[in-house]
Amino acid sequence: MTRMQQSVDSTQAIAESDAVAVERTLAGDRDAYRVLVERHSHSVFRLAYRMTGNRHDAEEVVQEAFLRGYQKLGQFAARANFGTWVYRIAANYAIDRLRQRQKEEARRETSKAEDRDGMENDPVNRVQDEAPTPERLTQSLELRKQMEQALAALSEAERTAFVMRHWEGCGIEEIAGVLKSSSSAAKNTVFRAVQKLRHALEPFVETKAQARAMGTES
Amino acid sequence: MKHMKDEELIAYREGVAEQRAVVAEHLAGCERCRAELERIEAVLAALDTLPVPDPGADYGRQVWKEIAPRLAEKPDRWWQLWFEPRRLAAVGGIVALIVAAFVAGRITKRGGTSDNVASKEQVRERVLVVAVGEHLGHSERMLIELSNEAPDNPKQKEVDISAEQRRAEDLLQENRLYRQTALQEGDAGLASVLDELERVLLDVAHSPGEVTPAQLEAIQKKIEARGILFKVRVVNKELQQRQEGTKPAPQNDSAKRERNKV
Repeated sequence: MTRMQQSVDSTQAIAESDAVAVERTLAGDRDAYRVLVERHSHSVFRLAYRMTGNRHDAEEVVQEAFLRGYQKLGQFAARANFGTWVYRIAANYAIDRLRQRQKEEARRETSKAEDRDGMENDPVNRVQDEAPTPERLTQSLELRKQMEQALAALSEAERTAFVMRHWEGCGIEEIAGVLKSSSSAAKNTVFRAVQKLRHALEPFVETKAQARAMGTES
Repeated sequence: MKHMKDEELIAYREGVAEQRAVVAEHLAGCERCRAELERIEAVLAALDTLPVPDPGADYGRQVWKEIAPRLAEKPDRWWQLWFEPRRLAAVGGIVALIVAAFVAGRITKRGGTSDNVASKEQVRERVLVVAVGEHLGHSERMLIELSNEAPDNPKQKEVDISAEQRRAEDLLQENRLYRQTALQEGDAGLASVLDELERVLLDVAHSPGEVTPAQLEAIQKKIEARGILFKVRVVNKELQQRQEGTKPAPQNDSAKRERNKV
């Protein structure tokens, strides 16, 4: 048996045992839901972390996704895949969290801006606010910071679309479902996200051609 | 030589290109596009190095421990969801209308039995017309109010739209029911407008209760861009005409087709 066939078989087996667990949960066996939680927590955490960018929010998203999943389990179509379904709930909740966070940050920024008034002309403060030098940016930690900032600068829809497509390999239809948009709009959101990331990060990223020229390609 | 657009290269890289073979063939013979793709790949490869912390082998058990005390004894079956207070209110409204229409039908239509089938159809049609008309009226008012919301003064940092948001949540529940009914009745035009309305209501219901002026403007632009207010008005007017009897009931599909154009 090929490895691909084994993988397909094991995915099918998981989906089938998920369906059994869902039925048992609906019949009142609460422990059956435990099986689903333990089986899917890691993958939901990965999605949630990539969407929210921090562990605390990611853990909250995971818990909320499984709570909502339990409450809405009656709506879950038996033929669907539980993993994909709970994923979708998590992505939707993560979008809500991102919106909430943006709102809180906007509020903090406004009060910070007010605090900064009057300090703007101080030359010492101006030096501290300057962008990092190219030398510092070559360091991986700095690059990581740039990447996190670039991801944080995406709109919640762009971030969701990028995470789901690029990292989680979700289909465009699935992404469109989460974003509540058409497939072509979801596809455009993926493009926009990649374009923005490219624009923000290209100056700091070494291409293979540059690595070859400098003899640093591994 | 015509080069590939950014979008085409990104679509190719992300596996969503429609004409993958065409892009691959072009890339094989075009150094400039290959270099462009390489630059995109370099950024994406760098992003792939962003670590995701390992929550630990027993993370699933931890999650269960956290949520188990908050779970009800048994999740609701799908039909039990119809008994949520909000849905109950919407269902109650529809039932009341059906009863009213039925009683009205009994009083006004005492014709021969040959008309029974037709009158049943008419009653059902009338119920939908009345209920949906009312729903569209409420939705229109809420959207107009939201479209007219503005900060009281230029320094105001947040605008309270929580009232509209709550109304949107309630309307959303009703809207789903009417959309499903319209679909069952084969009224694709009405179902389509209700579907568009549902998306707008979803946006509003999912917005924060207090929004910045920029966020408010974005919501208002979305409402405007979809032209939903116009569509709601047109459909509502048509329903009113049907209700008043100034326009014949759609025994053929011409009226539906007309609305579909909108």
